[in-house]
Amino acid sequence: MFNYGYFNFDSKAEVLDKAVEYWNPGKTKFWQDAGIDLVIDRREGYFLYDMSGRRLIDLHLNGGTYNFGHRHPELIAVLKSALDYFDMGNHWFPSVARSAFAEKLVKTADGMRYAIFGAGGAEAVEIALKTARYTTKRKKIVSIIKGYHGHSGLSVATGDERFSKIFLADKPDEFLQVPFNDIDALDRALRGRDVAAFIIETIPATYGFPLPDEGYLKACQDLCRRYGTLYIADEVQTGLMRTGTMWGWQSYGLEPDMFVTGKGLGGGIYPISACVVTEKCGGWLHEDGAAHISTSGGSELGCIVGHQVIDMLQRPEVISNVQFVAEFFRRSLSEMMAVHSDIFVGIRQRGVILGLEFDHPEGAVAVSRALYEHGVWAIFSSLDKRVLQFKPGVLLDAATCQEIIDRMEAAMPRARALLRNMRRAA
Amino acid sequence: MPIQLHDDSPRLAIPDRAESIARMKIDRATWAVRAFSRYDRAAVMKIARAVAEAAHQAAQTYAEWAVRETGMGVVEHKKLKNELSAHPLVDFYEGMDLVNPRVDPARKMVEIPKPAGVVLALTPATNPVSTLYYKTLLAVLSRSAVIFSPHPMAKACCNDAAVRLEAAAVAAGAPAGLIQCIEEPSVPLVQALMASPKVQVILATGGSPMVRAAYASGNPAIGVGPGNAPVYVDPDTDQNAAAKRIVDSKSFDNSVLCTNESVLISLDQDRSRLERALRANGAHICNEAEVAKLRSWLFPEGHLNTAAVGKSAVWIAAQAGFRVVPSTRILIAPVEVVGLDEPLSKEKLAPVLAWATVGTFERATGMAQMILRMSGAGHSAAFHGEDPQKAMDFASALPVYRVVVNAPCSQGAAGFATHLAPSFMIGTGYAGRSSVGENIGPQHLVHWTRLAWNSDAAVPMGDFTDVRAPFDGPSAPPPAAPRPVTLAPAPAPANDAGMDRDMLRQLILQELRELTRGQS
Repeated sequence: MFNYGYFNFDSKAEVLDKAVEYWNPGKTKFWQDAGIDLVIDRREGYFLYDMSGRRLIDLHLNGGTYNFGHRHPELIAVLKSALDYFDMGNHWFPSVARSAFAEKLVKTADGMRYAIFGAGGAEAVEIALKTARYTTKRKKIVSIIKGYHGHSGLSVATGDERFSKIFLADKPDEFLQVPFNDIDALDRALRGRDVAAFIIETIPATYGFPLPDEGYLKACQDLCRRYGTLYIADEVQTGLMRTGTMWGWQSYGLEPDMFVTGKGLGGGIYPISACVVTEKCGGWLHEDGAAHISTSGGSELGCIVGHQVIDMLQRPEVISNVQFVAEFFRRSLSEMMAVHSDIFVGIRQRGVILGLEFDHPEGAVAVSRALYEHGVWAIFSSLDKRVLQFKPGVLLDAATCQEIIDRMEAAMPRARALLRNMRRAA
Repeated sequence: MPIQLHDDSPRLAIPDRAESIARMKIDRATWAVRAFSRYDRAAVMKIARAVAEAAHQAAQTYAEWAVRETGMGVVEHKKLKNELSAHPLVDFYEGMDLVNPRVDPARKMVEIPKPAGVVLALTPATNPVSTLYYKTLLAVLSRSAVIFSPHPMAKACCNDAAVRLEAAAVAAGAPAGLIQCIEEPSVPLVQALMASPKVQVILATGGSPMVRAAYASGNPAIGVGPGNAPVYVDPDTDQNAAAKRIVDSKSFDNSVLCTNESVLISLDQDRSRLERALRANGAHICNEAEVAKLRSWLFPEGHLNTAAVGKSAVWIAAQAGFRVVPSTRILIAPVEVVGLDEPLSKEKLAPVLAWATVGTFERATGMAQMILRMSGAGHSAAFHGEDPQKAMDFASALPVYRVVVNAPCSQGAAGFATHLAPSFMIGTGYAGRSSVGENIGPQHLVHWTRLAWNSDAAVPMGDFTDVRAPFDGPSAPPPAAPRPVTLAPAPAPANDAGMDRDMLRQLILQELRELTRGQS
């Protein structure tokens, strides 16, 4: 029996049945069909434990939410200490935690002026898009095809139609999309000088981390400047030291008008997100600071955790570790690709953000499954299933990194067999 | 009224960040070792020389800093110790190859060196930077990474020195993270780190509780016990030369080296001759009343007053309540008995020497045994005399692993005025509750994987002439075949440190001669 004190289950099968019955039949069945029978139970560091007790190394990290690993002891202690004194707080009032965290966040990025808090990445994107409309008095938003910025009203409209059409939330007249790495297309989209903002993930995650061409992002920013459009960097997956700098845009030498952060900002233990803006974009905060409000946005508990997350990321030990982990996988995966070049055909990497390309339209689904069977959990890219998202955490140690490679090497024959079956079926 | 209205202490209970940061340092060190353990010998020696040179250049800076920060010791002596823990240390181990595999066709065996890995090194307040230099070079020479937990009294100079040595190492091609230091050391923190499964070995130098804690941590440890060296002066030797060596040794860095003489033992018949010689060399012989004052100030309740550690003789006399001439270098306290009943016969780490006289050489040996029975077993003793038989009898009878003969014990037992290995870790062996009984060197941080062939002559051993060693350093030349075991002399040190190495050696030798003049 699995007794959790507040509730109990006889078996994993019972959990799955209840999930289908009461929670989400589609999602539950999807994973069953994909051969991933995971119900995450215990979790610690970069390890997840299925209800069966089986251990998995987490390379999914929910897009960097578990950047520091699961339940990092220092962050747990921070949240506990905060709970002894604070609660979520009252969003109407200034607070010590929000003031301190806003200052900490703003000071990570030259040129930024205010931090506006939300509870999740989509809310922060929502704030950015509304801020752009207020600032420019324009309505249109441009994003890239296969971009991903969340699932709320405005944010979902920027993304793939898979997520918007089903809810009749697509708004093709206000939300335009251009191909990634196509600077001429962006020029054509902005040329009418009626676009409020161009929003782009510094490296598009859900698209499988295709890397921006040399100079592409800078050229996008220049076009925005020329046409009076605001440049919004979505740093939900590329921020927080994952590219080797605090924010991915810093490593590309950009100066965005706004950037958005979430996921790992709350250390995986308390949800918080932020939209950080320049003075120019902060106008509405003067005119009507309560124009956007959020009861759980900028919760004081989240602010204290977020403050510590930034503090930890600024430690030289962490920055150094990111370099070691990035270099290790650059080398090891190149060697592995050389050996398995029949199926493993490309590596996209910046820091500890990696996309691994496999030679089949759904190649990464097979590899994800083979890795799962060999004790590693890495997810395919929803919008390009050729590409496996490979996201090591910033604190991974040498032994675990080596184990990941050893397990991956062992999983390759199985991946090859699964791919062969998929080709035969096709 | 709210209780915190005028209270500036944190309103939230802040968790210990130091431990979290230290654990990140251990992971970083593990990454560094992963790379460094594949460096070839040329790359390792280049880094060792670069570290030694940076250490040498800053010897004066850290000598001043350590004295300022800890209030212990003498700047010019600390400078010398720092210098000795730089190039001369590398010179000493120049011929010891801990990197290349050894092939022994006769024994049908190949031996591959494996570095310890992550070394957690404790440094004491008494010899902070010299110990840091020394342990850093041991780590580099063995291709390990080191994380220092400095004594809190010396944390600033140690942190600065670690940063400087790491920068020099990295500039010479070492991976980042090879040399790190805990910024905010504390007892709970070091205990937590000592128990980390990611630490391969602890090099513990410090007080007995810390050394015992290292051994109790569950991790492999090399810790060394306290000293309390008895020194015997035989009537057949030049009393003036012996007195000079003893006073030089006791006054060296105000006796903070654990190898310093603690109790002088001589024969009754020589008392006045030796006393004159000691006085002539700057010793103040305390009268009965002064001995009483010294005892009660130095050992209140029978325990050493730590305020005395590393302080000058003149200052200690003033604190104890009597005046000595300003040129006084050490205080000598004549005692009737030794052992538990006489606290002055315990380890002092200050320029205070107890002095007992006995009727015979045999009685002197017995008294030395009594002293070591109380404390200092496994450590050091000194012998001044010309009769080899007596030297043999003295050393055979005592539970120590080094007896320095006709040299100052402070420097001699630490390998700086003898041919012992230069060391700030004096292995006190099983007699002194330690795992190693010799002066600790880089070889103690290396274990060997042995490929051992069937001894049956019918089963041949492969030819290793063209077998590649697993080197993968930053500037690694094409991998060379492992060299066969040879007895060739060590190659001359490479002159790539940007300085005249012979001149340096001469300078240091000259300084040593100054200190040990009279017998060398």
